[in-house]
Amino acid sequence: MNNCRTLVTAIAPLLVVAGVFVLVASAARSPIRSIRPEKATESVVDSADRESIVHRIDRLFSDRWHEAGLEPAVPTDDLTLYRRLSLVLLGTVPSLEEIRLFESDGSPDRIDRWTDQMLSDRRFADYFARRFSRFFVGADEGQFVVFRRDRFWAWLGNQFHENRPYDEIVRSMIADRGLWTDKPQVNFVAAVVTEGVIDHNKLAGRTARAFLGQRIDCAQCHNHPFADWKQAQFEGLAACYGQLNISGVGVEDNNDKKDKPPYLIQDRLTLQDREIEPAVPFHPEWMPGTGKTRGRLAAWVTHPDNRRFDRAIVNRIWGLMFGRPWIQPVDDLPNPNEAGSDTNDLLDLIGADFRSHGCDLKRLIRNIAATRVFRVSSQHSAFDEGDKAGSVEETWAAFPLTRLRPEQVIGSMLQASSIKTVDQNSHWTIRAVRFFRELDFVKEYGDLGDDELTERAGTIPQALLRMNSNFAAEWTKSTIFSAAGRIAGMAPDDDACLDTCFLVCLTRHPTREERSVILKQLEGTKKDERSQVVEDLFWTLFNAPEFCWEH
Amino acid sequence: MNTIDSSRRDFLRLAASTLGLSFAVPGLDLRAAEQRGSERAKSFLTIWLGGGQSQLESWDPHPGTRIGGDVSSIKTTIPGLEIADLYPQSAEQLHHLCVIRSMVSKEGDHERASYMLHTGYRPEPTLVHPSIGSIAIHELPNGAVEIPQFVSLGDANFPPRGGFLGDRFDAYRIFNPGETGQNIKALVDQDRQDRRLKSLSVVSQSFMQGRKAKVEQTLHQHTIDAALRMMTSEQLKAFSIEQEPKELRAAYGDNPFGRGCLVARRLIEVGVRSLEVSLQGFDTHAKNHEGQASRAKTLDPALATLIKDLVDRDLLQSTIVLVTGEFGRTPNINPLGGRDHWPNGFSCLLGGGGLSSGLVIGETDPEGEAKQPKDPIEVADLYATILYRLGVDYAKEVITPIGRPMKFCAGQPIERFL
Repeated sequence: MNNCRTLVTAIAPLLVVAGVFVLVASAARSPIRSIRPEKATESVVDSADRESIVHRIDRLFSDRWHEAGLEPAVPTDDLTLYRRLSLVLLGTVPSLEEIRLFESDGSPDRIDRWTDQMLSDRRFADYFARRFSRFFVGADEGQFVVFRRDRFWAWLGNQFHENRPYDEIVRSMIADRGLWTDKPQVNFVAAVVTEGVIDHNKLAGRTARAFLGQRIDCAQCHNHPFADWKQAQFEGLAACYGQLNISGVGVEDNNDKKDKPPYLIQDRLTLQDREIEPAVPFHPEWMPGTGKTRGRLAAWVTHPDNRRFDRAIVNRIWGLMFGRPWIQPVDDLPNPNEAGSDTNDLLDLIGADFRSHGCDLKRLIRNIAATRVFRVSSQHSAFDEGDKAGSVEETWAAFPLTRLRPEQVIGSMLQASSIKTVDQNSHWTIRAVRFFRELDFVKEYGDLGDDELTERAGTIPQALLRMNSNFAAEWTKSTIFSAAGRIAGMAPDDDACLDTCFLVCLTRHPTREERSVILKQLEGTKKDERSQVVEDLFWTLFNAPEFCWEH
Repeated sequence: MNTIDSSRRDFLRLAASTLGLSFAVPGLDLRAAEQRGSERAKSFLTIWLGGGQSQLESWDPHPGTRIGGDVSSIKTTIPGLEIADLYPQSAEQLHHLCVIRSMVSKEGDHERASYMLHTGYRPEPTLVHPSIGSIAIHELPNGAVEIPQFVSLGDANFPPRGGFLGDRFDAYRIFNPGETGQNIKALVDQDRQDRRLKSLSVVSQSFMQGRKAKVEQTLHQHTIDAALRMMTSEQLKAFSIEQEPKELRAAYGDNPFGRGCLVARRLIEVGVRSLEVSLQGFDTHAKNHEGQASRAKTLDPALATLIKDLVDRDLLQSTIVLVTGEFGRTPNINPLGGRDHWPNGFSCLLGGGGLSSGLVIGETDPEGEAKQPKDPIEVADLYATILYRLGVDYAKEVITPIGRPMKFCAGQPIERFL
């Protein structure tokens, strides 16, 4: 008996590891051939329509630049734009394989077509699912039993991959019932369970922040400092989840039960219990009169007239694409103009287009990616001299320089250490390595938590990690499989060797100064000595600010 | 820029050290380690009791009452003061510190309360306040220290953060005290390292074009330089304890917390400004007495040895020591024999660094009826006292990145401690 228990204890960790492997392997979706995009996937009508919204966004910005008396930065070159898009949409730098294909594509609309290609890549859906999970279910680990983060990721990835309308995705998360493994969307509500207790306040706060861009949760204890949120409004919102029932059979509602328990909260002053009726903080007419409370809440949140919903997702996607949301902090937006949509307000402008096109996330991303403001360079003469740097930044006249997320840094290092694209077609061992190493790396690099869209400078532990860690040793190492090894061994000459290293790591060709310094190091080297020079160069490029910052 | 102007500060520090203006910056003397007594630049050490230590099983016992639990009390070196019998060694050192039995806060959740007890402010959604240790290194940089100036030892759940001052004022974390820390050794020999760095400066230069101001703001090169300085520093030795006598190591306790306290003393000797050593596991919602007693077995010898060691080396005069967690525990014992979270009238220890000693402040109701303690002490006032004693302008107003002016500390120093 005792032995048996010892055995179980001993193999338990192995079972967990095996389980995760199965999980990773099951993520091996049907291989998709990586092909060169031939034509745009949209219909002609849609494309013309899109041009008009992109045009209107462009005009909004040129007006602002004109007003500020500023010249915007020049359009960035296509390779830099390609890197920018790849980091934003796929979470890594492009592979050498992809760069070569891209460079051989000479047509003028290649960026648009490659953007479409990325959006249909499974890597996009998976990467975005993880970014969204941060604010949907939080960054903390959560309860293992009732909250299955991995299942939630996979589910959300599927929704993004199929481009399911965003309002439908949100309604599922708020209102669906079932078991967290079988209906992974219910993990949105299950994530707030701690030691068997449902934290209704957390759920209400998250609903308002994640879906409506409103920080109503500070009204939990006091009224909002500048917006008009009152404690009673918050309590009513929390009560919308009051009939939620989470048990061994999954997430359900008590509404059907005759003797449904009242939703009570303890008054902070009198310490007496008060019963709270479900209520929404504004426009109660958007909430249907019948149905289960969560379903009614979901309908209200995503109601076509609820512009906060559109504005919140636009600000969020803008933040993910520029590394900096249009309005900071990302989930505390000013109230929309009650009189109606304001075409001079960027969030309203893009939000209206988003809503009138069926809450299509990929279209939203394509629109922003096509704007001039997304495609300008991060270089601007004001950053070198003069006193205009502040206004250039305020008016988005140059692309913002933002610190890559830890997932992007490790994704890029791993991609750069391989010549071939690391994606769902890669061997499962490579994907498993990526899965586990990424978790370790993110922990050491410093997880940004839910609050990931604030601007930050680098830190010493990060510098040490990039310079001296096992990760750094492993991915700069020259072996027969690694990029460093293959480039050192196979590049026809020094020039090609240097050029390839730069392409793999920085997605650009070296400058003349760089050539003149680094070519000397390669000159006349053979075998091991040459491998070392290439390893050193990989190390250099991984530690360059250009590698670690989106630009 | 509206944000804190750090590059200017760095420049001043650099100027001060190259021009020999050592009077311009406190604590620049390279021989800081040899100075003793009140002449030394001050350090601030927090012993963090994660989860919330029970005041009733430590510094504020009420044996034999309805709320007292299974605790007995013992005499201490402060006349008339008795503490829980779980801390016999600390009882012998207590006259070096003050006991506060009336700490009050409004936060009863671990994360929120840890924030409050690190920063002196309640959490706000739009702004992250810096911890007191971060403010200290921001205001009192020590140019002679090549290792991080704020070190957190142990596996704290909520380590102190730089908040709006910036991530580089976060505490540097040592997860396994006694070990040097992660990723300290260069991967290659000096020749290759030089080659790497030479290429790096060329590649960085190209990136600077058209982005100079922005790239400088990233502090990328600054962090690399600081990391390189640290990698080759003699001061790294302060992180290891092999050279310490066996008996002393045993007295601190051969466990991560004991080692953490010993490393903290070594770091103080090289001039590290802010430190936190954390001990987790005080969150005793069930079987409170057993839980608190088991933590005390680790805390008592380490704390007592640390205080004695600091006194023996004449370092306590220059080291402010604060022993606290995020809150205390309820007077009532729940059906599981546990005590729950209690931010109204919990205890902490404070002393050293020229603060008063031997004081006992505040009183809680032995019957557990009155919710508020007598002579309540607010967290912000406690921190104003500590900052004042460190020599920091505690009421200084800085403009935060969101453009809102904010005082380092909203409290007032408490005269009795000064």
